[in-house]
Amino acid sequence: MSTGEKFIQMFIAIAVFFAVVAVILLATQRMRSRTGELAQAAAFVLPAVLLIGVGLLYPAATSIYQSLFDKTGDGFVGLDNYQTIFTDSEQLLVLRNTAAWVILVPIVSTAIGLIYAVLIDRSRFEKFAKALIFLPMAISLVGASIIWKFVYDYRDPTQDQIGVANAVLKGLGLDTYKFLLNDPWNTFFLIIILIWVQVGFAMTILSASIKAIPDDMIEAAKLDGATGMQQFRHITVPSIRPSLIVVVTTISITTLKAFDIVRTTTGGNFDTSVLAYQFYVEYFRSYNQGLATAIAVLIFLLVMPIVIYNVRQMRKLEAR
Amino acid sequence: MTTTNPDLGALETDAPGPEPVSTSAHRALTSPWASIAAVVIAVLWTIPTLGLFITSFRPESDITSSGWWKIFTNPSFTMSNYDQVLHGSDTKLTTYFVNSIVITLPAVIIPISIATLAAYAFVWMKFPGRDLLFVAIFALQIVPIQVTLIPLLKLYVHPPLNLMPLAGPDAPGGGFYTLWLSHTIFALPLAIYLLHNFMSQIPGELIESARVDGAGHVQIFTRIMLPLMAPAIAAFGILQFLWVWNDLLVAITFGSPTTFPLTARLAELSGTRGNDWFLLSAGAFVSLVIPLIVFLSLQRYFVRGLLAGSVKG
Repeated sequence: MSTGEKFIQMFIAIAVFFAVVAVILLATQRMRSRTGELAQAAAFVLPAVLLIGVGLLYPAATSIYQSLFDKTGDGFVGLDNYQTIFTDSEQLLVLRNTAAWVILVPIVSTAIGLIYAVLIDRSRFEKFAKALIFLPMAISLVGASIIWKFVYDYRDPTQDQIGVANAVLKGLGLDTYKFLLNDPWNTFFLIIILIWVQVGFAMTILSASIKAIPDDMIEAAKLDGATGMQQFRHITVPSIRPSLIVVVTTISITTLKAFDIVRTTTGGNFDTSVLAYQFYVEYFRSYNQGLATAIAVLIFLLVMPIVIYNVRQMRKLEAR
Repeated sequence: MTTTNPDLGALETDAPGPEPVSTSAHRALTSPWASIAAVVIAVLWTIPTLGLFITSFRPESDITSSGWWKIFTNPSFTMSNYDQVLHGSDTKLTTYFVNSIVITLPAVIIPISIATLAAYAFVWMKFPGRDLLFVAIFALQIVPIQVTLIPLLKLYVHPPLNLMPLAGPDAPGGGFYTLWLSHTIFALPLAIYLLHNFMSQIPGELIESARVDGAGHVQIFTRIMLPLMAPAIAAFGILQFLWVWNDLLVAITFGSPTTFPLTARLAELSGTRGNDWFLLSAGAFVSLVIPLIVFLSLQRYFVRGLLAGSVKG
C-alpha cells in the first residue's frame, strides 16, 4: 500500500468512527421520555462496554481456560503447564530473572528518584534538571535498549572501544567485559535500562508530593534543631510514604509486563529471558499455546495483588 | 492505574514563589556533596542518549574505529546515516514512520472519544446497573494485555458469525484495523476511569441548571463538558499517544511487516544488523523525534497525565 493510500485508510477510519458516533447521538438526542433516557445512556456507554467485553473480558477468560490445555489447545492437561513453569529448568531461570527485575527495578528507581527529587528541590535549575532525568520516559523501550546496547558495546581489550562502559573499564586499566553475554550479571545490566527509564517517573511523582508537605511542619522541625538528614528521615519520608508506595507498586506492575528490553537486546538468549518475554517465545516461536497462556495467567496472578494494593493506597492518597 | 490528585500537576510547574519556609530545610541538606551527587546523576542519565545522538551524525568509518567522545577532539559530521536509514532500500524507515503515524492517530482519537462518552454517562446519567458496570470496568484494569493477546488474535483471524476477518492477506484497511481496535480496547478501562475521576469534580449544579434550561445530554456533553474536560483529555491523549507510538508488543502481535511501526522495524534491525551502529543510531533518533517533540512542547500536560495515571493493560 502506498503512503497516500495508508493516509486515506486512516482518514476513512476516523471519519467512519465520527459519523457513527454522530448518528447515534443525533438519533437519541430528541428522546426525553424514560425509555429515551435509557436509550441515550446506552448510546453513550455501549460502545465502550462492548469493546471491553469482547476485547478484554472474553479473551482473558479464554486464556485462563486455554492454559489448562496442551500445546495445540486440544488435549486437556489440567495444571501441567503451571507445573512446567515451576519445575522445568529453563522456566525456573525465567522465574529467577523475573524476580530480580521485579525486586530491583522498583526499589532502585524509587530510591534514586527520591534522592534526586530532594537534591534538586527548589534549586535554581530544577526545571532543567528534571527534564534531563525525565526525558527517557518519552523514549520507547526499543529506543532505550538500542541506546544502552551501544553503551555496552564490547570489543577486544586491545582495540579502541566504542562503548562508553568498556571505554571506562579500559581507562581504569581493567579488561573489557561482555555486559550482555555473561550470565548471570547480564540480567543486571538489562535491569539498569529499565531503571534508567523509570527514575523519571518516580522523581516526578515524589517531587510533587515533597512540594505538598506543609511548610509549618518543616519549620517546626527546624525550630527543634533537626538537621537536614533528620528532616529527611523523620519529616520528608513519612510525609510522602503513600506516594512512595504508589510509585513502587506502579513500577513493579510496569516491570512485570515489560518485554521489549529483553527482546531487543539479547532476544532472551544468554539466560536473560523474563516471564513477559517467555510468553511471547512460547507462543510465537515454540507454538506452545498451553504454556504461553499459562505464563500469561501467571503474570495476571502476580500483577493482581500489586494492582489491588496500589489502588487502595491511591484511594488513601486521594482521601487526604 | 495510578491516580493521585490531579491538582498536583499545578505544583509541578510552579515557579519558586516568595522565599518558602522549607528553603532553609533544603539548604540544610544542600552540602556541596549533595550538589555533586545531583550533577553526577544528571550526567549519568544523559550520557547514553547523548552518545548515540552524536554517533548518528558521525561517518560510518569513524563510528567503527573510535568512540563518539573523540568527536570533541576530531570533529566530523555527516547526514548520510539519516539519508540512508530513511531512504536506503534495505531500511526505508520513511515507510515505517508513515505506519507509526497511521497507527497512532486513530488509536488516540477513537478510544478517547469513546471513553469520554462513557465517562459522561457513568457520572451524569442514570441507568440500571450503572455502578456495577463502572466497578467492573475499573476492575478490568488489572488484566495484563498478555492474557488477552492470543484469544484476541484468533478473533481477528476467525471471527464468529461469518464476519469479515480483520487480519490476514485480505484484511480491510491494509490490516491497520486490528491495531486500531486493539489499542482502543486496551486504552478504554484506564481512560474511562481517569476521565470519570476528572468529570466527577465538575460541579453538579452546572449540569442541573443546564438541564433546567432544557438542554439535553448531547448538548451538555458537547457544549459544556468537552470544553471543561479539555485539559484532562489532552493529558490522557498525550499518554496514550506515547504508549501507542512506543508500543512494540501490540504491533508485532497483531501487525504484519506491511503495517509495522518504527519500533517493530527498529527491533528487527537491532537483531539483524546489530553492529551497524550508523544505521541503528540514526534509526533510533528517527523513532525518538516525534515523542521528544511532543514531550518537550507539552511537558505540562504530560506531567499532569502522569500524575493522574501511568500504567495500563
